[in-house]
Amino acid sequence: MTTLTEQDSPGFSRGYRLQHDKIRSQWLIQAPERALFADDIAVAILQELDGRTPISTIIDRLSARYHAPRERIAEDVLTLLSDLYTKKILRL
Amino acid sequence: MSTPSPTPAAPMSLLAELTHRCPLSCPYCSNPLELERKSQELSTETWLHVLDQAAEMGVLQVHFSGGEPMARADLTTLISHAHKLNLYTNLITSGVLITPDNMAALDKSGLDHVQLSFQDTDHTEADRLSGFGNVQPRKLQAAHLIHQAGIPLTLNFVLHKTNISRMPEMFALARSLDAQRVEMAHTQYYGWALKNRAALLPSRAQLDEAASYVEAELTKGGLTIDYVTPDYYADRPKPCMGGWGQRFLNISPSGKVLPCHAAETIPSLRFENVEDKPLADIWYHSKAFQLFRGTDWMPEPCASCDRKEIDWGGCRCQALALTGAAANTDPVCSLSPHRSLIDHAITEATSPEVDYSIVYRKIT
Repeated sequence: MTTLTEQDSPGFSRGYRLQHDKIRSQWLIQAPERALFADDIAVAILQELDGRTPISTIIDRLSARYHAPRERIAEDVLTLLSDLYTKKILRL
Repeated sequence: MSTPSPTPAAPMSLLAELTHRCPLSCPYCSNPLELERKSQELSTETWLHVLDQAAEMGVLQVHFSGGEPMARADLTTLISHAHKLNLYTNLITSGVLITPDNMAALDKSGLDHVQLSFQDTDHTEADRLSGFGNVQPRKLQAAHLIHQAGIPLTLNFVLHKTNISRMPEMFALARSLDAQRVEMAHTQYYGWALKNRAALLPSRAQLDEAASYVEAELTKGGLTIDYVTPDYYADRPKPCMGGWGQRFLNISPSGKVLPCHAAETIPSLRFENVEDKPLADIWYHSKAFQLFRGTDWMPEPCASCDRKEIDWGGCRCQALALTGAAANTDPVCSLSPHRSLIDHAITEATSPEVDYSIVYRKIT
């Protein structure tokens, strides 16, 4: 697995996007010939991605919003984004 | 006693078969034996209206297919419209009609993904299977254009007895073309492929060989592999389409709404048309969609089987094609009283005297 750092600014690769499904009241990642269901934590993180904002800023925002320790949030964010980057769902 | 069926779920994906026209004539084509003609095809306006309805109903992905969907002059109009509706757009193509100009238009239309079919890595075999002269260079050119445009690419190979040995080369081709995914799909024996079954169906040893190639490739990583196994060698049937009328709908070039692309082979069913009725009406209420939806219709051995909501009784079209009755248990199932039909087909296809000649798809 490729590990991203807080300085990286990932965004969705072409062919992937976060989308709200209003019929089923859930969020999902649209992907080639499948849709992956995204849980609440993943959605909160992925909504921050725009390909320009560094991960450090995203972690700051989320730890402020959820009043959670920064290192806890950092771990969740870096684990998720590194995993999706390894799967080529995200790009730099 | 059966309980009343709950309201069916909304469909997840739509296979839009824009046309049955195609420059190729593959002997395992998934189109029906009775191909629809250009004069029967839906208008652009009707397709646009269908896409509106699909998005409204909860469809997430639209697969623009055919025939060769690029034979339709309005393809980019339809993709643009689907894109604006936030539908995920997938183009399923043979690639032979892709040019730098129409690729640029497809790119601009917001196309999300392309699935490009290949017959083989061997050029002579690719020509023989597609019935089209010098087909491989065109497909390779198409792959380069798709890659240049930056659109994610899946390569699709249909597997059968004469190309399984070249699966390592197929994976290598996918990597060299920078494809993200490769779909290795064993032939499904309906329609044209059923006509050609003896010439296509592999042996058990070849199936093991195929599985070992997939396993070896998976260990390398970096390529998503979608491996579709041949159900003839399984003990339990495939959950065809995730269950009849549960997730998937197919619209034929003339507008018939089908639970799967082979459903028209079932002669007792009458399929409603998007020209006559709202799509949601057809999905939720039409007789053809209700008939095999859920589990109430099931005979034994399905009715008392603990896998009935896993397999959904297997495939209705296969039950019809092989046993003569669409409501029978899929004969692939080892519990089916008709399983010997499958075993005979395997014996026939793997006999040393097997006839390798093929029937190409054509409009009759």
